Amino acid sequence: MLELDHVTIGYGKTTAVEGLSLQVAEGEAVSLVGPNGAGKTTTLSAVVGLLRPRSGSIRFEGREIAGEAPERLVRSGLALVPEGRQIFSTLTVGENLRLPLAARPKAEAGPALERELERFPALAERLDDPAGGLSGGQQQQLAIARALLCRPRLLLLDEPSLGLAPLLVDAVFETLAGLKAEGVTVLLVEQNAVRAVEFADRSYVINAGRAVLSGAREEMREKEKLAASYLGSAVAMADAAEEEAEAGAGSGGGAGA
Amino acid sequence: MTELIQHVIDALSLGSLYALLALGIALIFGIMNLINFAYGELIMIGAFTLYLGRDLPWPLQLALCVVVVIIASLLMDRLAFRPFRGATGPVLLVTSFALSFALQSLATVIFGSRAKGIALPSWFAESITIGSVSFSSLNLITVVLVVVLLGGLATFLRRTTVGVQMRAAAENFTTARLVGVKADRVIAVAFVLSGFSAAVAAILIVAQRGTVTPTVGVSPVLIAFVATIIGGLGSLYGAAFGGLLLGALTVLLQVVLPEGLAPYREVFLYAGVIVVLLVRPQGLVVVKALFERV
Repeated sequence: MLELDHVTIGYGKTTAVEGLSLQVAEGEAVSLVGPNGAGKTTTLSAVVGLLRPRSGSIRFEGREIAGEAPERLVRSGLALVPEGRQIFSTLTVGENLRLPLAARPKAEAGPALERELERFPALAERLDDPAGGLSGGQQQQLAIARALLCRPRLLLLDEPSLGLAPLLVDAVFETLAGLKAEGVTVLLVEQNAVRAVEFADRSYVINAGRAVLSGAREEMREKEKLAASYLGSAVAMADAAEEEAEAGAGSGGGAGA
Repeated sequence: MTELIQHVIDALSLGSLYALLALGIALIFGIMNLINFAYGELIMIGAFTLYLGRDLPWPLQLALCVVVVIIASLLMDRLAFRPFRGATGPVLLVTSFALSFALQSLATVIFGSRAKGIALPSWFAESITIGSVSFSSLNLITVVLVVVLLGGLATFLRRTTVGVQMRAAAENFTTARLVGVKADRVIAVAFVLSGFSAAVAAILIVAQRGTVTPTVGVSPVLIAFVATIIGGLGSLYGAAFGGLLLGALTVLLQVVLPEGLAPYREVFLYAGVIVVLLVRPQGLVVVKALFERV
């Protein structure tokens, strides 16, 4: 569905992503993990049309999309939940949600909105409040709902758990698991590598703009130690994985701290 | 007492005009981060359209002015600014200066630099007397017109789809595009609204001065710029408030300064502006930036 082939992206003289190749198949959940500054956000920005890659090709459903305008790409089925949520804080919750519905006929827009409000009941109660007044977790719900209302065939998420309290991180991953069960194709970028790798069918580890590892969930578990040797900060990831294993299932509450 | 009411009316009228000018600048700035100094030349184009249409019946003359200025505003975006989409702020700013000078020079070539007189319909300049207070109908028209326009703009931004898209784009242009807001369309709407405000300003300014010159837009655009800055860039309400305040201060200085100093009221005014900005560099009205909450 999405194919990146030897994509190189840079800002001015610096190269943020170099020769990156990755694929996401229909119905698949793929994660892209790596330390801060590895080029994860840059990669997503190029996919949704905010950056034009220097070289390489980006194909979505077989069509070359590198350099196409973001407002066109969102119409062809790519929606991003941006880093830091980026909700419109001066707009009401309802206005935020209706923005992506503007292009759709009213008969479709109403039920679509209803569906998302069922998924996120907290938003339904605050439709007329300024979105800036929502809590962090609710803002993230709003950002995800807004992206889903774009009717994506591929949903991209950039660090959806960043800055959230551990319980809310759990809630975000629960939402993602729900979407995956519905058959939504997902490309997830995360610093919380352990959670992301566990969630995704397949994962890519990138560092300094290059893919250093990739594999299905089971392979990735085995490779975690190897990943640690590639990525300084991934040592922490391996440690966290052990801790979590020790803590056992069901007590995820304090693990993220 | 009579005198006080007189001054309040003057302040309201001048402040309303300044608020209108500031809105024209703030509308574009909010969305594009561009301070369009060629806004003054939109006023100039409006003024010369009024001059060229001076033999038409007045409703036609005014309508022509509005239409021509809106088209000019759209062309400005299309021909001068759109090629620089994505360019940095300074590039856009220099473009707007270049455009401003080019249009002024063009007007000088076509019309010459001498002032051309035009008389707008006489009811613009009639004197209205209520009790012992008398004021020109232009004062009243200015205040009413600006209040109506402000109300209309606020309704447009709240109630229409394009209006909500504009507010979203003003807050975060990139993210607005990510949810499908068409960048060029929102910018075009902003230029239409900015053009409309320039046209109305042109009519009011010409009615007041009775003459047109190629540099008629220079001082209005400066005033608009200053009003927008003190109001707080990026907030439409702030800009309107800044304009009102600037107008009120101008009238106040006119009144309180001793006769010898009155010609220098601008010096005092802009010194005041500098003080305001030293104390509150973010402007008087700060867009409620709600911080990320966890």
